[in-house]
Amino acid sequence: MRTIDDRPDPEELLRRVQADETREKRGRLKVFLGYASRVGKSFRMFDEGRRRKERGQDVVVATVQGAVTADIQEILSRLEVAPTLPDGAIDLPALFRRHPSVCLIDGLAHENPPGSRNRERWQDVKELLDRGISVITAVNLQHIREKQDEVERITSKRAAHSVPQAFLAEAEEIEVVDAPPEALIGRVTQGSMPDPRILAELRELALLLAADVVDLQLREYVDAHGIAARWGTQERILVCLTPRSSAADMLRSGHRNALRFHGALLAAYVEQPGLRAEDEARLESHLALARELGAEVHCLKGEDFVESILHFAHDQRISQVFLGHSGRGASFGFKRNPVDRLIDAAEDFDIRLFPHGDGA
Amino acid sequence: MSCLKIYLGYAAGVGKTYRMLEEARALRDRGVDIVIGYFEPHGRKETIAKTEGLEVIPRRLLAYGGTQFEEMDTEAILRRKPAVAVVDEFAHTNIPGSERTKRWQDVRVLLEGGIDVLTTMNVQHLESLNDQVWHVTGVRVRETVPDWVIDEADEVVFVDLTPRALRNRLERGVVYPADKARRAMENFFTEGNLGALREMAMRHTAHEVEEKLTVPANRREERLLVCLTGRPTSANLIRRAKRVADYLQAGCLAVHVAADPGSREAAERHLTFARNLRIETHVLEGTDIAFAVTEFARAKAVTQIFMGRSAPPPWWKPFAETVVQQIVRQAQDMQVTIVAERRR
Repeated sequence: MRTIDDRPDPEELLRRVQADETREKRGRLKVFLGYASRVGKSFRMFDEGRRRKERGQDVVVATVQGAVTADIQEILSRLEVAPTLPDGAIDLPALFRRHPSVCLIDGLAHENPPGSRNRERWQDVKELLDRGISVITAVNLQHIREKQDEVERITSKRAAHSVPQAFLAEAEEIEVVDAPPEALIGRVTQGSMPDPRILAELRELALLLAADVVDLQLREYVDAHGIAARWGTQERILVCLTPRSSAADMLRSGHRNALRFHGALLAAYVEQPGLRAEDEARLESHLALARELGAEVHCLKGEDFVESILHFAHDQRISQVFLGHSGRGASFGFKRNPVDRLIDAAEDFDIRLFPHGDGA
Repeated sequence: MSCLKIYLGYAAGVGKTYRMLEEARALRDRGVDIVIGYFEPHGRKETIAKTEGLEVIPRRLLAYGGTQFEEMDTEAILRRKPAVAVVDEFAHTNIPGSERTKRWQDVRVLLEGGIDVLTTMNVQHLESLNDQVWHVTGVRVRETVPDWVIDEADEVVFVDLTPRALRNRLERGVVYPADKARRAMENFFTEGNLGALREMAMRHTAHEVEEKLTVPANRREERLLVCLTGRPTSANLIRRAKRVADYLQAGCLAVHVAADPGSREAAERHLTFARNLRIETHVLEGTDIAFAVTEFARAKAVTQIFMGRSAPPPWWKPFAETVVQQIVRQAQDMQVTIVAERRR
């Protein structure tokens, strides 16, 4: 649980400046992401290498993975291919000496033989980047560590080697190779036909993974350039919890909506002093349910319920707020009902009202 | 039924047409009878080279306002009747006086004529994303395609290029002439805009893929009702409700309560807009708006009412209940969503 603070502190700013400086010296990483084998990501990677070389960049191929198709062979014949070590691992010291501006690395998820300098190839890539060599590489969805459970659920198979998703998020550029399943089926020459349904599910997963990476990079860009946060492209749902609200309805509905939108689910409550023991217990059980459903739970501090929610919703780029209401009617006199006040003030998010709760 | 395949990009210059033509060549090499029904070269050499050796159906000349315009010759393509036609720029609006207003309508005619179509469009032309695109980029896109048209496509392929690579292409003058490229990079093609549009295109393609995977029997456990007024914000309300309904795979209805003939007239264009998005519309008569809406919603087994924020009560009745408050109070068996206006 954390409370919010929308201004970066000086240390955070210093950290950012330092990170920028490191990034300046570091090589740039570009990743081609495919959702299955043979969608053509290696071709796209080598083709980009060819075009860069034609534009005068110093390009070296560091690894070629698996069987090479005729069109890739044709591109390779025009590029410098660095020899690997006899066991197939990248010869890092030789590459450091050669020091090209761009290295092409196929099969990012490859595991190096025992006794190699690094256990995994993506760690080799890190070293190249640290030495100021840019890397273009290609990886399949099934090799992204955090996605392996989902891929296994879809395909009933699990790849032996993997790359952490955080490594992907570090890439300056990620490009999706989204060939539709039909084209893929046409290209498969041996083995069994992949099930179109499985391919479609993998495709969806790869697109959403890329969207999440892009979203993260976009947020960093927005932060770094001090641009006011706009309505995000991802649906972000905030369920407002109070002791008496119909929390189960709201949370279940929020959970289902977040799943359907592939969005985020947040739950927040505004701290109230002097809660009665039974209300305290109710709130606790709501929070437990929220956590069980995978919501990010926040405790908001603040004098005023409406102000706290408005501030938090803006800060978290919320697109829908779920709120309970008692239906006991309109505001009377000058003391307005919090639900009405929130409706009046909501500029960038929808408010979905759930009956039978106790409102705020 | 013929097959429609859409190459979806997030901006001009990402390579949609190029990819489409590559596929066209591959099909021709496999012996498929394929023609170019419409191609927009934009002076891009690499793309133009890809059309070499492909049969092109000549465009039709149309005069409008003293100027000659060229449009796709749909009837000529139908007469030629190839197996597949390549049609660039799906979202294009035809010159007034054409048989159909929009190119996507021409494409539907080709599909009905038994011709498969490969086409291209950018994500910002999707009707349901119109407000979001405006919010992010400040540009109100005028040429839109209703979502159902894209939903009916057999395949939507996302054509990706990183914003950095796209901006490099602009700098090198591959996409537009130098001065136009410079202006584009300062305005629409900023890194922030491109990143946001790209994310929208990725999420939307994922949504289209999922849409095609879902078994229809699992749908429609929810039903949304949109309350339309004559106010301009109704368009935003319709798009938002339809988008939510599509993602939740819920049914979607729209209703307008006409208290007087003037109100009906003002709401008419919104009702038409809703029908174009394939939302079933109803007009009720009565002066008690909240009561009419709630009763109608119950009769139609609606689970969620979508409405805009009510205007504040008049100064002489400062504590009167607004329509939103009345509906919230009366519709205790439903959820009520108040849609934000999302100004920039």
